[in-house]
Amino acid sequence: MTSALVPFEAEVVGCKDETPDMFSLQLRFTDPEVQAAYRFSMGQFNMLYLPGMGEVPISIVSDPDEREMIDHTIRKVGSVTRNLGELRVGDRLGLRGPYGRGWPTEEAEGTDLVIVTGGLGCAPSVSLIEYVLHRRGRYGRMHIIQGVKHSNDLIWRERYDAWRQHPDVEVYLTADTGDTLWPWHVGPVTQFFDRIDFDPARCSVFICGPEGMMRAVIKAMRQRQVPEERIWLSMERNMHCAIGSCGRCQLGPKFVCRDGPVFTCRELAPYLTHRGV
Amino acid sequence: MKVRHFLARDRFQTLLDRLVEAGYEVIGPRVRDHAILFEPLSRVEQLPEGITDAQAPGHYRLERSDSGRFFDWATGPQAIKPLTFAPRETLWRSERQPDGRLVFREQPPEAQPTAVIGVRACDLAALSIHDRHFLNDAHPDPHYRERRRNLFLVAVNCMRSATTCFCTATGDGPRVQHGFDLALSELDDGFVMEAHTLEGQAILDALETTSATHDQLEQVEAGIERATHQQTRRLPEGSLPDMLQAAVDHPHWQSLNDRCLTCGNCTAVCPTCFCQTHVDQLSLDGKTSEHGRQWGSCFDPDHSYIHGTVIRAERPQRYRQWLTHKFGTWVEQYGRSGCVGCGRCIAWCPVGIDVIEELAALSIAPEAALSKAPDDAPALATNAAPATTPARPTDGEDTP
Ligand SMILES: Cc1cc2nc3c(=O)[nH]c(=O)nc-3n(C[C@H](O)[C@H](O)[C@H](O)COP(=O)(O)OP(=O)(O)OC[C@H]3O[C@@H](n4cnc5c(N)ncnc54)[C@H](O)[C@@H]3O)c2cc1C
Ligand code: SF4
Ligand code: SF4
Ligand code: SF4
Ligand code: FES
Repeated sequence: MTSALVPFEAEVVGCKDETPDMFSLQLRFTDPEVQAAYRFSMGQFNMLYLPGMGEVPISIVSDPDEREMIDHTIRKVGSVTRNLGELRVGDRLGLRGPYGRGWPTEEAEGTDLVIVTGGLGCAPSVSLIEYVLHRRGRYGRMHIIQGVKHSNDLIWRERYDAWRQHPDVEVYLTADTGDTLWPWHVGPVTQFFDRIDFDPARCSVFICGPEGMMRAVIKAMRQRQVPEERIWLSMERNMHCAIGSCGRCQLGPKFVCRDGPVFTCRELAPYLTHRGV
Repeated sequence: MKVRHFLARDRFQTLLDRLVEAGYEVIGPRVRDHAILFEPLSRVEQLPEGITDAQAPGHYRLERSDSGRFFDWATGPQAIKPLTFAPRETLWRSERQPDGRLVFREQPPEAQPTAVIGVRACDLAALSIHDRHFLNDAHPDPHYRERRRNLFLVAVNCMRSATTCFCTATGDGPRVQHGFDLALSELDDGFVMEAHTLEGQAILDALETTSATHDQLEQVEAGIERATHQQTRRLPEGSLPDMLQAAVDHPHWQSLNDRCLTCGNCTAVCPTCFCQTHVDQLSLDGKTSEHGRQWGSCFDPDHSYIHGTVIRAERPQRYRQWLTHKFGTWVEQYGRSGCVGCGRCIAWCPVGIDVIEELAALSIAPEAALSKAPDDAPALATNAAPATTPARPTDGEDTP
């Protein structure tokens, strides 16, 4: 029996710089059979491996119905992600996955969507937004609220503009600290919740970002009577194995790699209340 | 009722010999570095005859005992965890071909049939917990499985408990219950033995035994009874997961800041801790890379590192992770607590921190404990991160 920990070879079929420190990779398993058998759902992640450097968990941003390619958008923060940013078309790397439980895209059908993201960790939500836009009729109104720490941190301005053009889609951008050129709001993401028009009884709230922000959003959504099981969070923890073995991603009784990374607020509420859990 | 056999002390070597003849490498308790460790064994003279251990918080010493027994000690720093979950091992290698392609090759473990003599009830309980963790249906670990499959276990009933033992409180000992091939109970003149598997029966059949007398069986019962009554440590009453959940912000955690060294010894000696760190090692020519794993610990700051942040940056947060996982959240994960009452973490903590005492302090209602603490007793949810760790990004204090 081969270990679930052994990667398969994958090849870079496309790469693109998004910002000075963000880039996207299009990958494909070199074994056509492995590629053909590969299935994933929205919000799952892969482990990307560079020889001698190690593996990192990265969300899949492509559409699950697109079977030819696997897309990742990555921020350069350390040795592995920086070197992934050096890869060019034709280069090889290791890939294993998909892992975890992603966004409940089916359960959310027919409801209003509130997507709240913070900081640069919004990759899992960008794919979710694109996914919904390609299936617009299946979902209600979509409110996208993106908060950044500083106005310089905002990426993908064009994408936000494009999203705004769709019917029943509203995009709110805000920064904790803005400068004179920042055309949008200054303040926390929660300030919008009284203004946006969604049905608290028939909505799905998706949150992704720093845990402090998630806590604030949960509190505001509870005040608006959104049921805890309609609020979903995508969590991040240090990961080495991605299959519930190495113990590094534990959050209370959950293994984020296996039971998450997407959880309902109900599942996590007792463990989110406190720092350092 | 199972037939119990008696093997005279001067015939004990034949057990080792039969195991070797059956193709096993024999591992058993031996004195090394002033401790009892499980090491390869071929002669009974290598066993810790007439040796006992004195254990207390932060204290472990071997002493002469007044008996000539081989198994008159309670637990060494490590039992069989290293035999199934290797402290360090290679999982797979990647090789870069001249044309740039990457080839991944699994490195299967070289496990050989191994007989372990002297496995205690707590160690067997820990092994079955690890079985649940490593041999789960979704992703059974081939490395663990291969080593596990090759083990032949000769268990020993404890007739003496150390002051650190509390397996009666966790329900795991001192009597061995299941998960072994042969069980021994040591008397002054020999061993009462029983087989629990066909493999165990085959070994037993090859020994010159007599059937155990009524008197011998009574001595065994009295010995196990004695070990039971020697234990004085108790866990707090009621549900520990609920208690720990309620105590998440308990002021008592902060007291660990001054005591715990975050050395991780407690996790290393604990027979159930399973955390791992995966590491890559590149060959000098840069062509091959070995991907391995080694034991990890939630006391290591890297354990919770992500994006320049250490989630459990403060010492009490790491102690809280250890204790809350062991006695609380483990129950939801694996249907029982992660503690088998072996007492190793108590004896091997360099500063003598005692899980039983910490649990007792935490089980006093936080309000009651708070009223005793000074007004400005720091709660865990403070913004102050130690200067040595990366600062957390500013995030809201709001709690859901
Ligand atoms: C489910 C999930 C999905 C993710 N999706 C994405 C995504 O789509 N895009 C994206 O950009 N990021 C994503 N991330 C985050 C991404 O995995 C990390 O940013 C990445 O692991 C960083 O790797 P690195 O080697 O470049 O950085 P580093 O931070 O340098 O190191 C990664 C590993 O090395 C070790 N390490 C390195 N430096 C230190 C240190 N100073 N102290 C302690 N340990 C250290 C740690 O063990 C760490 O896990 C995701 C994370 C998770 C958990
Ligand atoms: S927590 Fe301590 S007493 Fe319990 S099994 Fe682990 S080492 Fe033994
Ligand atoms: S998280 Fe800590 S206590 Fe739990 S298994 Fe890992 S090292 Fe042991
Ligand atoms: S409790 Fe003791 S053994 Fe465990 S990390 Fe702290 S000082 Fe080390
Ligand atoms: S990443 Fe190893 S247990 Fe989750």
